[in-house]
Amino acid sequence: MSDTQRTLIRGARLLGGPATDVLVDGETVAEVGTGLTGEGATVVEAEGRVLLPGLVDLHTHLREPGREDSETVLTGTRAAASGGFTAVHAMANTFPVADTAGVVEQVWRLGRASGYCDVQPVGAVTVGLGGRQLAELGAMHESAAGVVVFSDDGKCVDDAVIMRRALEYVKAFDGVIAQHAQEPRLTEGAQMNEGVVSAELGLTGWPAVAEESIIARDVLLAAHVGSRVHVCHLSTAGSVELVRWAKSKGWRVTAEVTPHHLLLTDELVRSYDPVYKVNPPLRTEQDVLALREALADGTIDCVATDHAPHPHEDKDCEWGAAAMGMVGLETALSVVQHTMVDTGLLDWSQVADRMSARPATIGRLPGHGRPVAPGEPANLTLVDPDHRAPVEPGAFASRSRNSPYRGLELPGRVTDTWLRGRATLRNGALV
Amino acid sequence: MKHHLVSAADLTRDDAVLILDTAEELSRVAGRPIKKLPTLRGRTVVNLFFEDSTRTRISFEAAAKRLSADVINFSAKGSSVSKGESLKDTALTLQAMGADAVVIRHHDSGAPHRLATSGWIGGHVVNAGDGTHEHPTQALLDAFALRRRLADGALGADLAGRRVTIVGDILHSRVARSNVRLLTTLGAEVTVVAPPTLVPVGVESWPCAVSYDLDAVLPDSDAVMMLRVQRERMNAAYFPTEREYARRYGLDGERMARMPEHAVVMHPGPMNRGMEITAEVADSPRCTVVEQVSAGVDVRMAVLYLLLGGAGPGDEEPKGATPRGAEATRGNRA
Repeated sequence: MSDTQRTLIRGARLLGGPATDVLVDGETVAEVGTGLTGEGATVVEAEGRVLLPGLVDLHTHLREPGREDSETVLTGTRAAASGGFTAVHAMANTFPVADTAGVVEQVWRLGRASGYCDVQPVGAVTVGLGGRQLAELGAMHESAAGVVVFSDDGKCVDDAVIMRRALEYVKAFDGVIAQHAQEPRLTEGAQMNEGVVSAELGLTGWPAVAEESIIARDVLLAAHVGSRVHVCHLSTAGSVELVRWAKSKGWRVTAEVTPHHLLLTDELVRSYDPVYKVNPPLRTEQDVLALREALADGTIDCVATDHAPHPHEDKDCEWGAAAMGMVGLETALSVVQHTMVDTGLLDWSQVADRMSARPATIGRLPGHGRPVAPGEPANLTLVDPDHRAPVEPGAFASRSRNSPYRGLELPGRVTDTWLRGRATLRNGALV
Repeated sequence: MKHHLVSAADLTRDDAVLILDTAEELSRVAGRPIKKLPTLRGRTVVNLFFEDSTRTRISFEAAAKRLSADVINFSAKGSSVSKGESLKDTALTLQAMGADAVVIRHHDSGAPHRLATSGWIGGHVVNAGDGTHEHPTQALLDAFALRRRLADGALGADLAGRRVTIVGDILHSRVARSNVRLLTTLGAEVTVVAPPTLVPVGVESWPCAVSYDLDAVLPDSDAVMMLRVQRERMNAAYFPTEREYARRYGLDGERMARMPEHAVVMHPGPMNRGMEITAEVADSPRCTVVEQVSAGVDVRMAVLYLLLGGAGPGDEEPKGATPRGAEATRGNRA
């Protein structure tokens, strides 16, 4: 990366507004205005395109170390750059689990080496995600990785005392516990949302109350000890009500929703195609509409992908034997445009808020989620909102192909991404 | 009929009646000294059983053999499946061996659907029970036995207006799911009866009534189907004790006496005598358990015949070898 690198983004609709020129000089935004000349700069003609701050994902599974057959830090960050992300939070459920300073530092260093996007490791709350003994949260925070977000994602911290202690403990360094809300006893053997469809298909039900009861408990715990709690991949209308209530009390609760829960419903499980098998499960139309509304009114703070790559053989099988999860980095913005922007629920400046500013704030990521203004880090994403094309997982930068949107026509295409002034994606191609 | 039989929902009323009529014709073969037809000669039927089953497997085996098909029994135990082979690779193996039909039983709901829609095999898929999803040939044999008892097995008849009560572990029962669909398709009015813990959330979308009170439903039932209740359900707190279950939802002589005189008692087997059904009821002439077993072979012959016999070697069979009725029903398919 050269300090003298200059880029002029010409005529982009900044946050969806009127055509604006943005001059990037080195790692920062130098000028924002109209009629900028930018002597010697690389010019990107961006007429009709929307310029956003680089997207930030609070919830990404990069799989390294341990499951490099499904994704690596390099392939995952390339997928992130393709999807317009400049920072991702790498979840802790790797092999070995990211429950020590050593593992989180390794992941952090792999991210630095990749150069495609910043990788902020998430630390495990408990040793081995076992839910019984706190991991060395302070050591992970003090490591080079500077961990702020802790999560046993994939497993719920179901023990109320452990959850209370974790919430209290991370107050010392402004940490946050990101809870995977899933009451384990209510979801033993669970395969899909419990309701009309599960009753017909004979698949063990995954009741909404298994998620909601944990959220209810955790917001009360967070209020009691005055800590920050973040709800991962909130998926039900009832969960929305609980978070709305907790926020009305002024409690420090934040929440995320995945793109797939904004679009897909459990009706798709009728195909028994495991590409639709995910944790938390796809819910009902009513839930989808409640989630969209909550993201629009700010009850849900942000969109997080829960990008969960799996090798083909783990999905090319019967439902019960299949792994849970979907890739999402490279389709997230398109799904958000489709479900939130094209429906009139969010404008582009609000998309920037939900997909960049707020997740960066929750994760305490300096340098991300900042306004596009002179002096700010040049983490930028350029989108062509008028592009429409069927999703083709074969073209993904991710190592895995388990996308539920295969063949589905979605709007919007990320054409360019800049990480601190350097293009990671240029005209749709990784750099 | 569709290419596969995965769910009772795959069958229209006319499909179902055709299967029952064909089974009625084919059952006459069972009364002959030589119980064999050349219809499926040269065809290969694979029984692919990932779950222990004796009754259903031998029933399908007998059905296929009586139609002269080559039968391969593939049991997951002691096979490459227990060495970690995937359903896909097993399916590709069977495809390479030229299986014309695969009769599959699997512990996972949806596995037959997956087999039928994944493109792994080209043959017909017959669901012989998948997880807690469906068991369509069981529903067909129940409908067959029911039609014989309640309508003298009249060809062309359905079950319009008959009131069938299904009692037991509805939540985990593939027999219940298939029967609710099929019996309703055939015009019956179905009521499921169980403790609320054993009724699925979402049952309100099923085309049946739901009751928690067996005694209230019995006097209005033309047939009562008792489902096997696994004792281990007790450990998961679905009900407090076996005794309480039997007291509230078991069928004994006293309760049976409150059923209409013509009403029959059914059970898919194997029975838990003393749990959902007492010996007095199980051994009474109103109980159709043994008829259901023989109906199973007839109905499975009909299913294999209709799926496989329509084209190919089945058409070249010598005249006179097929019962006249079966010939006629084949013509009806056009």
